[in-house]
Amino acid sequence: MQIPYTVEVRPDTGLSNAKLGIWLFLASEVMLFGALFSSYVLLRVSAPQWPHGYEELSVPLATFNTIILISSSVTMVMSWAQLKLKRPVPARMYLWSTVALALLFLVVKLYEYSHHFALGEYPRASTFLAIYFTLTGLHGLHVIGGIAVNGYLAGPGAAMWRSDPERYTNRVEVAGLYWHFVDLVWIFLFPALYLL
Amino acid sequence: MASPGTAPAAAAHHHRDDEPGFLRKYFFSLDHKWIGIQYTVTSLVFLLLGFTLMMIMRWQLAYPGQPVPLIGGLLSAANAPGGIMLPEFYNQLGAMHGTIMVFLGVVPLSVGGFGNFVVPLQVGAPDMAFPRLNMMSYWAYFAGGVIMLTSFFIPGGAANSGWTSYAPLSVIAVGGGQTFWLVGMIFLITSSLLGSVNFIVTIVQLRAPGLTWMRLPFFVWAQLVTSFLLLLAFPPLEAAGVLQLMDRVAGTSFFMPSGLVVGNRPVAVSGGGSPILWQHLFWFLAHPEVYVLILPALGIVAEVVANNTRKPLWGYKPMVYSAIFLGFMSFLVWAHHMFLTGMGTTISAFFQTTTMIISIPSVIILSSLFLSLYGGAIRYTTPMLFALAFLPMFGIGGLTGLPLGLASSDIPLHDTYYVIGHFHYVVAPGTIFALFAGIYFWFPKATGRRMNDLLGKIHFWGSFITINGVFMPMFIQGLAGMNRRLYDGGMTYAGLADVLRWNTVIAYSAWALGFFQIFFIINFFWSIRGGRAATGNVWSATTLEWATPSPPPHGNFAALPTVYRGPYEYSVPGSDVDFVPQNQPAEA
Repeated sequence: MQIPYTVEVRPDTGLSNAKLGIWLFLASEVMLFGALFSSYVLLRVSAPQWPHGYEELSVPLATFNTIILISSSVTMVMSWAQLKLKRPVPARMYLWSTVALALLFLVVKLYEYSHHFALGEYPRASTFLAIYFTLTGLHGLHVIGGIAVNGYLAGPGAAMWRSDPERYTNRVEVAGLYWHFVDLVWIFLFPALYLL
Repeated sequence: MASPGTAPAAAAHHHRDDEPGFLRKYFFSLDHKWIGIQYTVTSLVFLLLGFTLMMIMRWQLAYPGQPVPLIGGLLSAANAPGGIMLPEFYNQLGAMHGTIMVFLGVVPLSVGGFGNFVVPLQVGAPDMAFPRLNMMSYWAYFAGGVIMLTSFFIPGGAANSGWTSYAPLSVIAVGGGQTFWLVGMIFLITSSLLGSVNFIVTIVQLRAPGLTWMRLPFFVWAQLVTSFLLLLAFPPLEAAGVLQLMDRVAGTSFFMPSGLVVGNRPVAVSGGGSPILWQHLFWFLAHPEVYVLILPALGIVAEVVANNTRKPLWGYKPMVYSAIFLGFMSFLVWAHHMFLTGMGTTISAFFQTTTMIISIPSVIILSSLFLSLYGGAIRYTTPMLFALAFLPMFGIGGLTGLPLGLASSDIPLHDTYYVIGHFHYVVAPGTIFALFAGIYFWFPKATGRRMNDLLGKIHFWGSFITINGVFMPMFIQGLAGMNRRLYDGGMTYAGLADVLRWNTVIAYSAWALGFFQIFFIINFFWSIRGGRAATGNVWSATTLEWATPSPPPHGNFAALPTVYRGPYEYSVPGSDVDFVPQNQPAEA
């Protein structure tokens, strides 16, 4: 028994199964973060006063993190491009760089968190902090998920390159789509939380 | 992305697939048929459990303050001292009845059970697109169910803030029950997310050659629209669940307003939150959820009706377009559950308009099914009886919803037993009857044996009469103003004295309904081994699941089928037999 279109593209839809699957998954993710962003907007507009993000949070650190994440998206694309050129060694290097950059992002995030906690700024202190910790925390979980997937593909999962290179390339592409989404969420979070 | 294991050598891969080990075959199966059966059996157990909770509650409503007979001694002293249930315990039963029936019973049965078993067969696929995700989906559902059940046995008991978990009541609820509820919900949402991605990809990608969109059985269309609703409507509830979890665990105030006083004491939170926000997020899921409950049922009924009238569905295309439009509109009606919150007349007017619009496609589908009966040579098989009962029952459920969709008439009816009667007519004698039709219809496909017809008919007639005895009096009580969440069944309200006696009628009807389910349970388990052997196409049906032996082998089809015609070619003029299977070539 073989399931059709796991690697090859179905002619009339122009998609492989995994490609369609990841887009559907991302659609549901849009709804998840969309609901949280809407909640943020609703709570903020109905609050009598609301602090400015740049007064409470560290804009330089967040800017640094934005650059980190965008770079990691670039290395992710590079990895896929290298696989398309049949060069698995640099492809794995780029994948590991993506993982490393994601870890660096988390380290900076943890530094920010511990700084807030040291000042007694816990989620319960204000609704601003509550939404800040919830949104960035959930985004952080997505980053950890991305590290797990990319780490697997760069490590043990890379064995597939020898048995089924086309499928491995597709997996990296699909993981990349997810990773760009995680990046994109941060691109929205950064201005919404830090700059406004 | 999860996918079937890729062994280096294709031969070894093939071998392992055909000879799964014991655990792989029965517990962690990757075969959509077995996962479908796992879903079906688990959700039937949950349906029975949810119904049992209600049978206990009905005792309290009919005979307030008297010890529960038979099982009263089994209830713990903390919940029911001397067998008399406490109000807190009643609230737990109420909240968990709704949660179990909707999220652990009906949806997993109609989507996880029937969807998993039937959809790949009907589209002519060897399995679901992502078998490993499919397995994880079942086990996430199972874990969510276990968490929900465990909460009954922790200090403070299960969630008791209603199945809607309205804030701030749910946030300040003592005990771990509500937290368990939220964690359990996150598991269930993950499960349905994995499932819905899988269904959409399977339907879009794995359709057999020749199976064009307008040749898809209506059941597959219904599952496709349902999957989109699950995919896009559940994440906002997940977001809401995360926010409420933060409120309960981290002490935030997303749903806690400023100046909230509980028990004459101000609640120590930072405040500034919005209880109405929870309602918006909840109903943004829970209204599409209504169509998640009803669409697969309509799909099952369409299959059974076409098969047993021996003629094509009347208005197949309008039904398909209606289902798609229904799915789209279901995202725009959620606040008709919230007319009483004081959203303002403009918003109410918008939502009552969309609510009236969404009734149009529902009526088109139901009318098409009714018109399909006209001129048919109806076979009164057990599945057909359930499908026939579904039509007027769902009709009653739908029509009684109209006064609730209009803001002015909703306000006096809100939160009364009228609402309970309305949505139970949609879901219980509606959806659950359709699900029974589906079980009787596809049981021979799953097991290779038919269910007993006499027991089936006793089950049908007994259930049909008693279930109306349960829900019809609720309209009377509701119109008299009886509130839905009264622990004493309304005894303390002088104005309800005239309608109190219906509580006894409802209670006895509910217990009789429970009694008639015994016929189903015996029939179900006995027929697995003792039923009459069924051929591959026991109902002389046309769709692809009947083009393979019963039960279908691993991989479903000896050779993947090719489709040459529409789904319901019954009684084609000039044909020798009264059905032409979809995979029969034109010149055959």
